[in-house]
Amino acid sequence: MKFIQKIFDSKRKHFVEGGRFEKFHPLFEAFETFFFIPDNVTKQDAHVRDSLDLKRLMSMVIVSLIPPLFFGIYNSGYQSNLASGLPITFVAVFIKGCQIVLPIIIVSYGVGFAWEVLFASIRKHNISEGFLVTGLLFPLTLPPTIPLWQVALGISFGVIFGKEIFGGTGRNFLNPALTGRAFLFFAYPIQMTGDTVWTVVSGVNSQGVDTFSGATPLAISAVQGISAFIESLLSKAGFTLPKLFYGLYPGSIGGTSTFMCLLGALLLIFTGIASYRIMIGGILGVLVAAYPGYIVSLVSGNPTVPMLSLPPFYHLVMGGFAFGITYMATDPVSAPGMNISKWIYGFAIGALTVLIRIFNPAFPEGIMLAILFMNLFSPLLDHFEIHFRLKKRVPNV
Amino acid sequence: MENLISIFLNSVFIGNILLAYFLGMCSFLAISRKMETAIGLGLAVTFVLSITTPVNWLVYHYLLSPGALAWAGFPGIDLSFLKFIIFIAVIAAIVQALEMIIDRYLPPLYMALGVFLPLIAVNCAILGVSLFMVERNYNFIESVVYGASSGFGWMLAIVTMAGIRKKLRYANVPKGLENFGISMIITGLMAMAFMLFSGITL
Repeated sequence: MKFIQKIFDSKRKHFVEGGRFEKFHPLFEAFETFFFIPDNVTKQDAHVRDSLDLKRLMSMVIVSLIPPLFFGIYNSGYQSNLASGLPITFVAVFIKGCQIVLPIIIVSYGVGFAWEVLFASIRKHNISEGFLVTGLLFPLTLPPTIPLWQVALGISFGVIFGKEIFGGTGRNFLNPALTGRAFLFFAYPIQMTGDTVWTVVSGVNSQGVDTFSGATPLAISAVQGISAFIESLLSKAGFTLPKLFYGLYPGSIGGTSTFMCLLGALLLIFTGIASYRIMIGGILGVLVAAYPGYIVSLVSGNPTVPMLSLPPFYHLVMGGFAFGITYMATDPVSAPGMNISKWIYGFAIGALTVLIRIFNPAFPEGIMLAILFMNLFSPLLDHFEIHFRLKKRVPNV
Repeated sequence: MENLISIFLNSVFIGNILLAYFLGMCSFLAISRKMETAIGLGLAVTFVLSITTPVNWLVYHYLLSPGALAWAGFPGIDLSFLKFIIFIAVIAAIVQALEMIIDRYLPPLYMALGVFLPLIAVNCAILGVSLFMVERNYNFIESVVYGASSGFGWMLAIVTMAGIRKKLRYANVPKGLENFGISMIITGLMAMAFMLFSGITL
């Protein structure tokens, strides 16, 4: 560490006030605090502080993102090789997955980081580690076939309009990664939805697999007009409950595996970084919103909307719900801060997700926009909870 | 009944008068800085909308629409080209009358609504709702529900905006974008989140 310290010490004079690269001080600071804890101390009286600062907190989120990330790489490669008729050995699949996923992540980090540095230098604030999370969350929500220029465009929109325009991490009101994702979703729906975007088909077979359909389980369930029970329909297509839980099926890069998200969620809850209230509230919301329709369609025996006949716990393991509720909904900046508000917030996200899946034919997946929608209301929830708590307080006489 | 519920959901979430049609923006941007005033203005808009929309329905269907004057012996007359000016006049008159009535009989409500009542006379959301009501061929009951729920949707939007702006008091917005600019951007982002409901057909 002495060696690294020396490098930083020798270069510091260029970056402090009056130095040649004064403008790039945020960049220098970001790299330095990546290696060393800053030696800043408070100038006045004693001051209690936790060593869990923003940097450690965000690093913990990155660690918790490792399971979905690696599984996402494996799954993208697996689906691609399966569809193209290439060998499905672990190494081949993993290499293929890296070829698909790594460029997307590199573009996301590269472009987003450039914006971050630009804003930090001009507006003179430090580069925040929040971006490390945003820049990884964003690609994990994308389909693997996404063109790289769209990745760049999406992360630019997310970083600029989702965050930097409000002054950087901690001052925004929407989740930046989701803002970028939603922007792409509405701007380029062809590359973001449908049956064919979820699997990269390549190699010798790429001409022969025109008919290949990588329908996601959500797309199968959302088909209107079939009066069959969706459960049998899904298992006929190969989507059994365990398969949906472990996540080896076509879908967005990081969002398919409920199991991996569960691992991440346990780590986040154990370290106290993500709110368990939001996650449990979300699960309750899904179950409460899905059960009435399920019971009605069981009783009537002839469901008009096929999604209604889906057993409610399928909603928990299908699509991106687990990923969204674990990593997106618990974003400490855009989620409410008060406890009861967190329950309501999580619950509403879960319930809205199910309602959108059932009733909105335009979107097979609802979790992303449900979180974005509830982001709008989190300041309001906080406001009213604080208001009512203050009212209950016995006035100081 | 189902029809009325679908009108309600439609005008609060799917076709929110503010976030889907961008009507009533001026007072939305100007008054959303404080939560209390936002709630006050939202209530006032809801209140006025639930009265003016049905009244305009009556005016349109018994005076203006083609053949509406048949009851007076003029079946061939079509005055619907007058609807803009008449609707505006009706709205302004009703707001004035309401202000006086509330001032006289319900002073607490008058204090709560305060300066917002006269402001509403020029709120384009009010006229917009009346015109949509004509365009969509609502009947009388439907126009009552439509007016009230549009007002509620508008109130939801402005109260949410006030909450967000309260949170953004800690934000560090670039100089050129302060106040007005950032509000426009927030409104755009809100509209994007409200697109959650677009595509639902009720």
